[in-house]
Parts: sequence; structure tokens; C-alpha cells
Amino acid sequence: MTVEQDGSRRVLAGVDAAARRLGLRPGMSAAHAQVLIPGLHLAPADAAADRAALVRLGLWCQRYAPLVALDPPDGLLIDVTGAVHLLGGEAPLLDDLAHRLVRVGISARLALADTVGCARAVARFGEGGIVPPGRTAQALADLPVAALGLGCEAVPALQDVGIGRVGQLMDKPRAALRLRFGAEVLFRLDRALGHEPEPLAALAAPEVPQVALRFAEPVGARETLERVVADLCARLVPELERRGLEARRLDLVFVRVDRLDQAIRIGTAKPSRDGAHLARLLTERLSLIDPGFGIEEALLCAAKVEPLAERQGSHLAERPQALDLAALVDTLVVRLGAARVYRLAPVESDLPERVMRRVPALADPLGVVWPADLPRPVRLLAPPEPVTAVAEIPDAPPLFFVWRDIRHRIVRADGPERILGEWWVADAEAELTRDYYRVETEAGERFWLFRDGPMERNGRWWLHGLGEA
Amino acid sequence: MPPPRSSDTPILAELRRLTGSAGREAVSDIYPTLPFGISGLDAALPGGGLGRGTLHQIHEGGPRGRYAATAVLFAGGILARLDGPVLWCLHSRDLFAPALARVGLHPDRVVYCETWRDAEVLPAMEEGLRHRGLAGVVGELTRIGLTPSRRLQLAAEGSGVTALVVHRLCAGEAAEPEPTAARTRWRVSPAPSEGPDRRLSRPRWRLDLQRCRGGAPGSWIVEACDAQGRLAVPAILADRPAAPIRRRAAAG
Repeated sequence: MTVEQDGSRRVLAGVDAAARRLGLRPGMSAAHAQVLIPGLHLAPADAAADRAALVRLGLWCQRYAPLVALDPPDGLLIDVTGAVHLLGGEAPLLDDLAHRLVRVGISARLALADTVGCARAVARFGEGGIVPPGRTAQALADLPVAALGLGCEAVPALQDVGIGRVGQLMDKPRAALRLRFGAEVLFRLDRALGHEPEPLAALAAPEVPQVALRFAEPVGARETLERVVADLCARLVPELERRGLEARRLDLVFVRVDRLDQAIRIGTAKPSRDGAHLARLLTERLSLIDPGFGIEEALLCAAKVEPLAERQGSHLAERPQALDLAALVDTLVVRLGAARVYRLAPVESDLPERVMRRVPALADPLGVVWPADLPRPVRLLAPPEPVTAVAEIPDAPPLFFVWRDIRHRIVRADGPERILGEWWVADAEAELTRDYYRVETEAGERFWLFRDGPMERNGRWWLHGLGEA
Repeated sequence: MPPPRSSDTPILAELRRLTGSAGREAVSDIYPTLPFGISGLDAALPGGGLGRGTLHQIHEGGPRGRYAATAVLFAGGILARLDGPVLWCLHSRDLFAPALARVGLHPDRVVYCETWRDAEVLPAMEEGLRHRGLAGVVGELTRIGLTPSRRLQLAAEGSGVTALVVHRLCAGEAAEPEPTAARTRWRVSPAPSEGPDRRLSRPRWRLDLQRCRGGAPGSWIVEACDAQGRLAVPAILADRPAAPIRRRAAAG
């Protein structure tokens, strides 16, 4: 039971269920209440604490959908568009929410409707529940006009002329309403019916560092957007520094005049709080943004952060190289995609197709190399190309081979180097045998040939590589 | 308008000299060159070696220009002898990294990026060339125009990173030289190796320095890069006067 000051009177602000049963209502004067219930315990209302609690509850509600907005003093709006299927439909979602709220001792009335205005009106003035799609007008018709969220003058003025229900308001000619009660009444009505958009100021989780810029005039020019990006990054960096964080992923959202938001996302290979570097990465992606009729607002948030690891600077010149490489890799990743920038690391395998694996470009040095005593070609043909080759005797290197209709006479050769299939990888490889020969032609060109079986078992010849180290 | 004073002239001349020398002419003085360790080859190059912080073109001689296998090894050998990470812009997926490790380019040093078209290779190379501390940037290209080559050359000058363009010819295309801003243009082709029997010995390459700004073109037969990326003079050619005699003795 809380009490607040309203002018010179002390009135009840918050009333719990027990007090409600005793006939107490918010707005009743404190003196009146104390006369009705002797020994009534009153606590002063704390608006700031109420709001903080509402914000906490709002953040918790982000479990249902990411877009949650406050509806002070005691309401929350959740935009569940596209998130309903996660709990199996609208009704299960409301049930789940109601159960969880009851369990922590919060009494709430829930409503789900097509528009923000309708959901709010049904929750606050109606019975709550689900308004089926397209039934907004019917749901609103029986509610009092105050449900539209009108200012305090408009409701008595409407009641003076006998308009008490929203349905009556909908039947009246619009021009007359506008003349008599101003534009606000129609505007609220249109919002509740969905004829006007009602943007929600999304509640941002305080742990996500974010900065925003709002523009007096819509912007759209590429140069302006580049400046905006640089500006946002310059503001985000102190924010990250204050919290001791570094960014791994940034989301940049441009809010367009027509509410079709445009967004770009970048990731960094290493955590970064170098504003210029982040701005460069975002600028690379700016070409994906279609400014349309103009952009009103730009929001930059560090969607993924890591705690800042303090790095010991060195007075020697070799340290900055590693940082430099991270910047380069980030730029290339943004431009080409993460799968197309990598390092190659050795894998212990006999099959040439399997001796390399990709590792992230900035992975720690592995310090391993392929065996130095096995000469290998510099270009590997994948798959190997069939050639016709003739050898004098079994197991001897061929005398010549024909590849793509050109005959190459072999002057020098080395081999065979026998490579067996890895039966522990695939059953089909148990039979695989390859005899590799390194050969040099008359012109000095080197090739890597293999025969996929012994000659007496009709082994065929293949060209697997060119050039040799 | 103030009358021109005679004392202005030497100052202006001095300023012009200073601003002029801050341009491109001084590049070879800023970054030390990388000698090949072969006296004839180094003598043909200005500064006694391959210029760092400049653009070099490497063509593959012989019929296998599409694969540019020898050219890649030559580039790998150069980078093996420089310090720092390497950015390698691939043109297709057929590069076999163990071969690069065998000419001294450790796999930990090389960052590959898959740039399938020339239009992607050039910006990626330029990006790499702007990052100080890289040993070099390799781009596998089919062709490079004059303007892109100028951009690469300027970026390389700014950072001191060496740029190597390995040309991969399309099928049926001739290696006609196009004007570029590259400092040198090399043609590397395989050459028959020598040895006592039919076994393989160290491969040999024919190096043609086709164009070299401030140097002299020339041709050399060299032994291919060893495990540290060093070329060598073939033993017989190194000791030319003695060679014919020894061969005759061997034949007899």
C-alpha cells in the first residue's frame, strides 16, 4: 500500500489485492482510507524505484521477443511479431507469461492484439485476452474513450457531448470531430485501429553498449553516412572504454523515414576498440544500405563484446605487426566473407588431398610444417586428370605420357613413392594404392604422376600435380 | 606585387629539391633491396637486389602459363627471405601449400584470401599493401592494367611492402607484355636439369629479367629455390672455364 502527494492531498497510489478487498482504490485520499480502516499501514510511493522495477521486468520480458517497450507507470508493451511460434502460438505464450508472473507475485492483465493501442486498451480497460486478427474495431468499440490514451481534457469533453464509448467515436464524422476536439482524438483513434503507425521505443538492455544519432533532417548521401559512421564509432569507443569492453560484433541500424530499417553487421577477428578501424569496416558495408527517402536515426550497438584484455605495449618495433594483421584480416573478411580468408595448416596424412586444413587467419602460430623430405608439386589438380603413359617394365617410371593430347617425353624420373589409402577414414580406401612418380620432361617441366594400381592389375595413370619445389 | 628578389632563388631551388626528392625517386633509398646472392643477377638490378616496397611482375614462360607453377615458386622463394606475414590472393584453389613450405615459406606466415576474379584480387592486394609489417603481398592475376598497377605501386611505396603479381594466363592467351608501373618484369621458365643418370636433381629455371627500371635486362640459368628460398648458380656454369674439360674427361 503506497501513498503519493497529489497537490495538497495525499492519495493512495498503489493498492494490493488485500486492500482492494477492503474497498480501497487508487486515487482515494489517504485520510479517507485511514478512517475506513483504522491502523492502515501506508508507505510513501517511490516513482523512481517503481520505474526501475518496471525496466527490470521489461528486460525479463525480452525472453519472449526482443522488442519490449515501457508503458509507464505500470505497463509493458511486447512486440511479439514473428516470435509467437517459439512458444507454440499466441495462447500458450500468454499462458506462459501469466503463469510466470503469478509465480513471482505480480498480478497483471495481458492482452494481445493487432495494434499497440488496441492491446493497451484491452489490457487496461477491457478483460484482457487475445483479440483475433482483424477484430480490432470490434474489440475497441465497447471500451470507454479513455482507453485510447487521450489527454485529460479530451475525455470529459467527449463525455459532455455523450460520447463515452470508442464505438460511438468511430461512428462520428471525422471532420466534425477534428473541428471540435482537435487532431489528437483522431490521431489516437487511428493509431489504435492501425491506420497510423505507433513506434515503440525499444528497451535496450543496459549491458549492450550502444550509441545513437538522430537527425533534424533525413540524410541519405553516401558521404554523410560515412561521417555518421565515423561519428558513431568515435562515440562508442569511450562507452566501451568506460565499461572495460572490446567489440567483437557491431550492429548498425539506420531507421528510415518510412520505417523500413536498414542494418549492417560486422564482426572483428580480434576484439577491438579502435574507432577508426571499426568505422572502416562499417564503411566497407555501407553500399548495402538503401537510404530510400532518407534516414532519420542511426543506432550503433556492440552486439557482442569481450572484456578488455590489457595488453602490454612493447618498446620494440615488432609488436604492432600482429595488430596490423588483425585490421587487414577484418577488412578482407568484411569484403569477401569469413570463409574466404584463412591460413593453411599441416595435417598428418599420406594422401595429398588431405594434408592441409584451414585455420583462422589469426590463429596462434602452430609451428609445424609438412615433412621436408617429400618433394611436392606446387599446383595440385583436383581431381587428378587421366593420362596415357607407357613404362618399359612394371614399377619403372614411364617413358612418356600424353596429357590433353600432347605427348611429353620423360627424360628424368624418381619413384615410385607408394601411398596407401587410409582405411580408418573410409572403407573404400582399403584398396587404394598409388605409386607416385616425379618426372621431368625434355623441356625441364616437372610433373607428378601416379598409377592407381600395379601394372599387372591394369593400373591407370593419372596426372596429379605440376611444378615442383 | 612584391618585386622578385634575387635571394629568393636559391631558397626556392632548395625547397623544390626537397619536395621533389620526397617523391618516388627516393624509394630505392628508403627500403633496402633484397639481393638474390647471384652476382650477375644482382648487378643487373638497381641497388644490387630486388626492390622492396615496389611492384614486380612474374610471368611463367613455357607452355604451362595457366598454372604458373614455376612463377609461384619463384615468388615464394623471394617472400621466404623477407620477414613478416604474407598475404596471398588466390585465383583458384589449386595452390598446394606444402610446396611453398619447401621453398622456405612457413605456413604460419601466409594468410590466403580467395579472390576468384581480377576485380577482387586488385583491391585485396591494395588493402594488404597498406599494412606495414607485411613481408609481401602476392596476387595471382590474369592481367593487370596500367592504372591498377600504378595504384599497387603507390600503395607499396607508402608502406614498404613488396608486391608480387603472378600472371596466370587464360587458355590460348599469349603473354604479350602490357605497359604497367611495375619496377621489374620477370619471366621464369623451367629448364632441363643436369645430372649423371636419369634420376632427378635440383630443378633449374631460366630467369629472364625482361624489363627493369634503372637496370639492365638479362637472362640467367639458375638452380631452383632451396629450403631457405635461395637460388644458386649451377655448378657447371659457375666455373665455366673448367666445365668443358671436366665434361670431356667424364665422357672419355
